[in-house]
Amino acid sequence: MPLKKPLLAMAMAAVLILPTAAQQAAAPPAGAAPKLSVPYTKFTLANGLTVILHEDHSVPQVAVNVWYHVGSSREKFGRTGFAHLFEHLMFEGSKNVKEGEFDTLLEAAGGSNNGSTTTDRTNYYEQLPSNALDLALFLESDRMGYLLDVVTPKLVDGQRDVVKNERRQSYENAPYGQAQIKMTELMYPKEHPYHWPVIGYMEDLTAATHEDVQEFFKKYYAPGNASLVIAGDINPAEARKRVEYWFGDVKGGTKVEPLAVPPATLSGVIKETLTDKVQLPRIYLSWHSPALYQPGDAELDILSGVLGSGKNSRLYKRLVYDLQLAQDVTAAQISARYGSRYLIMVTARPSPDPYEKTLERIKGIVDEELDKLRATPPDAREVERVKNGYEAGFFSQMEQIAAKADQLNAYYFATGNPDYFATDLARYQRLTPQDIQNVLKTYLLPDKRLELSVVPDAKKTEGGR
Amino acid sequence: MTRVFALIGALMLSASLVAQQAPDRSKPPAPGPAPSLKVPPVQKRTLSNGLNVWVVEMHEVPVVDVTAIVKSGAAADPTGKYGLASFTAAMLDEGAGSRDALQLSDAIDFLGASLSTGSSWDSSSVNLHAMVSKIDAALPIFADVLLHPAFSQSEMDRVRKQRLTSLLQTRDNASALASASFARAVFGPRHRYGTPSIGNEVSNGEMTVSELKQFHSTYYQPQNAYLLVVGDITPDAIMPKLEKALGAWKNVGTVPKPTLPATPQHGAREIILVDKPGAAQSAIRMGWVGVARSTADYFVLDVMNTVLGGSFTSRLNMNLREDKGYAYGASSSFDMRGTAGPFVAAANVQTDKTVESLTEFFKELEGMKTPLSRPDLTRARNLEALSFPGAFETTSGVASNLAELAVYGLPESFFSEYVPKIQAVSVADVERAAKQYLQSDKFAVVVVGDLAKIEKGIRAANFAPVRVVTVDEVLK
Repeated sequence: MPLKKPLLAMAMAAVLILPTAAQQAAAPPAGAAPKLSVPYTKFTLANGLTVILHEDHSVPQVAVNVWYHVGSSREKFGRTGFAHLFEHLMFEGSKNVKEGEFDTLLEAAGGSNNGSTTTDRTNYYEQLPSNALDLALFLESDRMGYLLDVVTPKLVDGQRDVVKNERRQSYENAPYGQAQIKMTELMYPKEHPYHWPVIGYMEDLTAATHEDVQEFFKKYYAPGNASLVIAGDINPAEARKRVEYWFGDVKGGTKVEPLAVPPATLSGVIKETLTDKVQLPRIYLSWHSPALYQPGDAELDILSGVLGSGKNSRLYKRLVYDLQLAQDVTAAQISARYGSRYLIMVTARPSPDPYEKTLERIKGIVDEELDKLRATPPDAREVERVKNGYEAGFFSQMEQIAAKADQLNAYYFATGNPDYFATDLARYQRLTPQDIQNVLKTYLLPDKRLELSVVPDAKKTEGGR
Repeated sequence: MTRVFALIGALMLSASLVAQQAPDRSKPPAPGPAPSLKVPPVQKRTLSNGLNVWVVEMHEVPVVDVTAIVKSGAAADPTGKYGLASFTAAMLDEGAGSRDALQLSDAIDFLGASLSTGSSWDSSSVNLHAMVSKIDAALPIFADVLLHPAFSQSEMDRVRKQRLTSLLQTRDNASALASASFARAVFGPRHRYGTPSIGNEVSNGEMTVSELKQFHSTYYQPQNAYLLVVGDITPDAIMPKLEKALGAWKNVGTVPKPTLPATPQHGAREIILVDKPGAAQSAIRMGWVGVARSTADYFVLDVMNTVLGGSFTSRLNMNLREDKGYAYGASSSFDMRGTAGPFVAAANVQTDKTVESLTEFFKELEGMKTPLSRPDLTRARNLEALSFPGAFETTSGVASNLAELAVYGLPESFFSEYVPKIQAVSVADVERAAKQYLQSDKFAVVVVGDLAKIEKGIRAANFAPVRVVTVDEVLK
């Protein structure tokens, strides 16, 4: 399901150049920051598939990671949730892989696998012992080339049921689940591809057909619309030969037209209240904000740290620590390819006051804290604190080949440069308190935002008190 | 394709020629010989106060992970004080040494480090993860948190409200309610395992500063702890720093050993229903008393559970998810603790397939008593054995593997013996274990769901006697 960007960029994997013996001899003076870089080899097959290879022998394993540059934003009206349903079908076998074998073969080789779908892309990945690299390449190439040979209406029905249960588990039977869906519906106009949830609507999942599968595959699953990363215990020259062997016969496809995305703006304050089977009321404030990697994106990430990360962050300290009105505070820039959302979310503590009054009070305090920052930039130390967390996060995520592989693909898709790690970190490191204040004043307008409240269902239920 | 072809390709054929050759897709390429796991050597040292320090060098990334493991957790909670270990651990970083809670948080955050405290059934821990360049500045704070927590009354009252609110939110979450209800059904209200490790509303409401201080001074002693240091350091470089930070930590007296009674095995199948009106799914949890971490059947149960519910291709998941489509996933696990913890099989299933799902659960559990096919056994053994090196990829992964050795007193040879012992598990071993450990006719079965829609059907199916339990009873 959709990957969400956490508060700090901990999910943004980063990779350190490994200090070899020679480099250690010429090590920078103590105190100098270690350099972020990930060496890679990139090439393109005749069918259009871009391949990125990265060598890391820390453990005798390899990470194979394929991105198809299609997500829920490419879905048709009446077929929401299709990109994700399609992701499920990719694990059900292909011309030379019987149903169920995708998983049994990988597990028998000691491998794990999964996939995920966002608004903008779908990824598929395996991590397995390096001696079984050929197996992963066989499986990935077979479904890239020959999926349609085996997809039947019955197979679609089976995964349709699984996905409906995923929706029940993650949204319908999850506390505050419906608010997640409501938010994008209220923020984006109907014709905007971020209006509907990645998981889709039940009736659209019901309506999806076998023909839809064929059309979607032909349009979006050609090698030219994908990129493959292999990271880990490989010899790049050898790995290249194996990739050419397995993917060379996959037919190329037609070029995918750029997505035309209509503008999304709010012209005033949208207020809405939902009831849910929860114990505590919660408020969501949300604004439109700059797309991933665009100017303002990193600034808003830092703002999130200033507002909501750690006991000393402004909203946490005021609402959770000092006043103890709230159980939790979230502030996050939810970055995406065609435009982002900025979110502030606060869950109230139990209170004798009516729910609406409690949420109004919390909202007033959030606005007070935002006003303070509009009047005076954050302290240099506050900004430094958040930046230091980002830097450490970049390095810690370099410990995992799977995280590196996915980030190489992410950077390649967004910027064309897989080794964008140092440039990405530099986006954060160069920011000043003034920069943070500026984005707050520009994007978090008090009179153009969503104010979504969730209040407990008035009916007392067995789960309530 | 085979490894032989890869070699020929490397030696004789140019890349373009290889690319033009159609791949042989007639059968899946067989993996070559498995690479051997290089278990990183554990370098064992001690501080002057006797504290055991285990160091593992990993120089790929300039980070270091430092964990103090105290070998006492929720199992050491006195009767009526459930949640004491958890509350004590939660308070360690709410002010310590010369810093109050806000100053401490600021100091750690400013270093870009993360510091966390926590407890499980059998241990409590303080963990520091930092850039190696920040370790000198972070270690004294880590030591204060471990040795000199303030346990201030006002901070405790604040954290208490947070914990009570979390307990209230349990009512929103069908899975959490089902787990709590299942533990209560198997272990009862008087055994520690019958109540969540965080405790309940009453115990968290009553706990005092002096009780926290008492738990800390009784159990947080060097003789009851290990220090695990993993990352871009060497023992020679780190030991003087650890000595300076932690050398003054002294033993103060005998550490009591937890004396949890063995739980009588669940005697007969029963079904416990908890109402969650309007729920789109039913949360099912079923099982009984499993095994302690010290079980001689550790490797057999690892393989058996991988087949039953411990992997994607496990029988429960393939049946309930892939074949029937009743659930997003189904699984099972043995929670191995100091004394026998629960075995549980679990899934959240769509409301209108609750009875059908229960039937499939029982069918798969019974089916485990029939000897496994060779491919099933091989796949499960390979998955566990061949994926084992992945557990040593990150500093925190290595640290958590070391912590298990420390807490349960396992020999370091556990790592090197793991693969051969898994590969030695036989069809007969699994058959014997399934008959012993998976007697579903004696299981406690919990279903949290919309009783207006599911109760009648469950009763009519006659799986076992049914009783309905209120949420208040579950969380009491």
